Amino acid sequence: MDDLLSEFLTETNEGLGVLDVELVKLEQNPNDPELLSNIFRLMHTIKGTCGFLGLPRLEAVAHSGENVLGRVRDGELPVTPGIVSIILECLDRIREILSVLETTEAEPEGDDSNLIARLDAIAEGDVPDAGDAIVAPQPAAAPEGEAAAAPESPTRNADEGALDKVVQLAEAAAAEPVREPEPAACAPATPAAAEAEVPKETKESSVANQSIRVNVDLLENLMTMVSELVLTRNQLLQILRSQKETEFAAPLQRLNHVVSELQEGVMKTRMQPIGNAWAKLPRIVRDLAHELGKKIDLNMRGAETELDRQVLELIKDPLTHMVRNSADHGLESIADRRRAGKSETGTIVLNAYHEGGHIIIEIADDGKGLNVQGIKRKAIANGLASEAEMDGLNDQQIMQFIFKPGFSTAEKVTAVSGRGVGMDVVRTNIERIGGTIELSSTPGKGTKFTIKIPLTLAIVSALIVECGNERFAIPQISVVELVRTSSRSENQIERIKDTPVLRLRNRLLPLVHLKELLRLDDGLGVAALDKQEAKDDHFIVVTQVGTYTFGIIVDRVFDTEEIVVKPVAPILRDIQLFSGNTILGDGSVVMILDPNGIASQTGEISVTDAHDQAVEQRFTRREDEVALLVFRSGDKSPKAVPLALVARLEEIDLAQVEDSNGQQVVQYRGVLMPLVSMEPERQLGQEGRQPVLVFADRGRSMGLVVDEIVDIVEGRLNVELTGERPGFVGSAVVAGKATDIIDAGYYLTQAFRNWFDVELSQGFGEGNANRVLLVDDSPFFRNLLAPLLTTAGYEVTTVDGAEEALQLCEAGKDFDVIVSDIEMPGMNGFEFAQQVRGNRWAETPIVALTSHASPRDVARGREVGFADYVAKLDRDALLNSLHDTLSDHRGAA
Amino acid sequence: MSNVAKTPETEASAAERATEYVTFSIAGQMFGIHVLQVQDVLGQMKTTRVPLAPPEIAGSLNLRGRIVTAIDVRLRLGLPPIDNGNSSMAIVVEHDHELYSLLVDQVGEVLALQPDGFERNPPTLDPRFRDYSDGIYRLDKQLLVVLSVERLLDYGRVAA
Repeated sequence: MDDLLSEFLTETNEGLGVLDVELVKLEQNPNDPELLSNIFRLMHTIKGTCGFLGLPRLEAVAHSGENVLGRVRDGELPVTPGIVSIILECLDRIREILSVLETTEAEPEGDDSNLIARLDAIAEGDVPDAGDAIVAPQPAAAPEGEAAAAPESPTRNADEGALDKVVQLAEAAAAEPVREPEPAACAPATPAAAEAEVPKETKESSVANQSIRVNVDLLENLMTMVSELVLTRNQLLQILRSQKETEFAAPLQRLNHVVSELQEGVMKTRMQPIGNAWAKLPRIVRDLAHELGKKIDLNMRGAETELDRQVLELIKDPLTHMVRNSADHGLESIADRRRAGKSETGTIVLNAYHEGGHIIIEIADDGKGLNVQGIKRKAIANGLASEAEMDGLNDQQIMQFIFKPGFSTAEKVTAVSGRGVGMDVVRTNIERIGGTIELSSTPGKGTKFTIKIPLTLAIVSALIVECGNERFAIPQISVVELVRTSSRSENQIERIKDTPVLRLRNRLLPLVHLKELLRLDDGLGVAALDKQEAKDDHFIVVTQVGTYTFGIIVDRVFDTEEIVVKPVAPILRDIQLFSGNTILGDGSVVMILDPNGIASQTGEISVTDAHDQAVEQRFTRREDEVALLVFRSGDKSPKAVPLALVARLEEIDLAQVEDSNGQQVVQYRGVLMPLVSMEPERQLGQEGRQPVLVFADRGRSMGLVVDEIVDIVEGRLNVELTGERPGFVGSAVVAGKATDIIDAGYYLTQAFRNWFDVELSQGFGEGNANRVLLVDDSPFFRNLLAPLLTTAGYEVTTVDGAEEALQLCEAGKDFDVIVSDIEMPGMNGFEFAQQVRGNRWAETPIVALTSHASPRDVARGREVGFADYVAKLDRDALLNSLHDTLSDHRGAA
Repeated sequence: MSNVAKTPETEASAAERATEYVTFSIAGQMFGIHVLQVQDVLGQMKTTRVPLAPPEIAGSLNLRGRIVTAIDVRLRLGLPPIDNGNSSMAIVVEHDHELYSLLVDQVGEVLALQPDGFERNPPTLDPRFRDYSDGIYRLDKQLLVVLSVERLLDYGRVAA
């Protein structure tokens, strides 16, 4: 229904309700001028609004009623029950029309001339006598067939004492015989029937009755009280659990249910359709279209999707801003659109829907898409990044710059945008309420923003943990998993220098000590914590913020509880580690930890960067995401090695280093482990401790001596070749610094000349080089794998894509085995394999390289003809697989 | 709520009406807070420590479903912490729509004080006391410091 109309209906029905009461009061105090003018004003308002909305029938009735009231107000007519009755009748008629208006959104056809005539007659001075008030209207009404009016008229024969009844019945009359909307064709023919009241099912104005206006404070208060009730209930249930047989059990269970429903109900009162936040948008877009000379169609879907009022308020402005942006920057001018072969009218689509406890809002336009070059230039011009840094980024990463503070994409500042409110503010606002915003854009096709926000901020599920005898709540949404560590189990907290880490499924998880962070350690310091770590069991809450995953070390973990988030007192708001506080079921207050705050206080990766990565990750190919161990050795420049290649990080006691056969070794887990340094001239000291990266393989270990282990960084890698130096794969930008990526294979052969020979001799004998074609678009992997395979005795040819590989095929080259990446730009691995199966290389086995293989992928791989599937970076698996594949193939051939 | 601050100044109008104060003592010194500002007087409550908070924040507690921040007035006034453990009594006041529980040594009776016993802070008063005090009442045997809740809880000003 039209907002204006529904507003009018609500207001008029309210007005009518007031009028009913006031008229009755007037009858009792006929000389109260204030009352009179109030009544007159109400009637006048109704009349005025009707005229404004173009409702002639209503206006006519209200106008006549107003005339009568006007005369009464001016003292020209005395207040008599007769006059009150006819005014009430007039109100009833208005109500009837309104009820039809409400269902059909149009005024019903009908004739009110009788009523109007009677009203006018009174206004002219034809005062119905107080005693037989009905007499005047009755004869007039009867001939015209006001059948339904007749039975009620005796009650209108009001002596002053029965006024209450009159009003009651007048209301009943209004409620019960509601006129059906008359078919337009027969209405003019039967004007009498039009006035006849067709009895219909009782239906009070539903718009007026189904919604009431309630002060928001009242609702908030109610919410607080219900929260309190919930907590008390939880307390009672806790007591109940400890008592086996009690007569309270049944009533408490009932109370439990009722309270749950009550809580749900009150929560619902806070929910509002998102359409409320959109209400102004059509107008804004229309004005913008005018101003900018564009044709814009705003398409809003899912306006009825509900979310918490508080959240709604917070996203209103960001949404408006984004729609403005879409209209201003996103959509092209009419001429540009025509040139691009699009329809002149640009479309902005707003779409909202629920998805698992979140609400997703999409803002999409079919405009020109983001101007990547423009963003690049702007970011460099605004000093957000250097040109060199920009060159290393892909389009998606560059687009993320629009979320950075101090960035505005508008080439020229228009009246519409560029007023200093940028997308960074939008993102900040959305992140503040625990939401995320993502962006995708296709040049020429349009841009789409996807916002994901929680439905409500008030109640969240939280994990309760204990640390230093205090309990804390961690929002469940950021908790990935829980790990228990103890000295006896395989999960142990290890330390790199002073930094605790945990080995978790083939990767190292950075850890933070909550105790240390919150200074609950009573100044014990790292050493004491270290001792405790060794002695006690700990729990690690694996937490994720964006893509940054880290573990929080706590003493104990309790249950998950639904908590009501309350803001902390203003004095405590500076403490970034807390996002609020709450009262638990047992009545005690606990602080709610903010994973974002913890991450930004401890991690090198700032939260926003982590978020960038989260967004980027979805768009960049996964195989480029590598965990790298960054360390220092020799010179100052940082060095890195893929973490997956490192078996362990150790600190060796230099006093234990021995010389054996011209090589420095150390006893490590019962065997001798040779130590290799990146600098041949390095002399190890006689005492102290030295960090060592341990590479292990088939019971043999090699230790690479380094100066310092710096960090573990996860991110996208762009290796630029330097190539010439032995032992290095190349350089890359890691955590913003130029970093040498070392070639682990090189140092392995330094320790054991025959490290890879073992496999060779096992396989097919030396000298019989097998020709491998390595297809991978990532230079990093090509450069990592090629030397590795070469060292293992293969003759390696590398190409950076399937197309190039097929060219080699056409050029008449032959290979014994092909190792191919799956995810590649252009032709992917599957398509490549299919092509190969159909050409000259049909017999050549192909091994797929992938960073993540789902069973479905594997199945599909087998179907298209991959001999094997190997995880990237798993050197052993690759070498084994190549070996097996080749022997199988030879066997078969 | 600023009536405490103003009461002493508008002595003429307040002449016929005594002002009522809830009295309490900290380290032997008597203090008073305007009775209308006091919401509640509490005994010992279960209090949750708030890590990283300023030292005088004793923690948070649950008062009938509202979270109340407890402030150790001793520490706020720059006095040494009490010897025998925690302060046992607290006065709950509202400031800027938030409830605060002021931990004190002992809560005394409510006194109706005549304005003629009121004096401004002596200029030689300890700066912290001077900051948080609205003035002094001369009682028979001792002096009563009128504590300004606004200034005591105005952390923004102190931080700045």
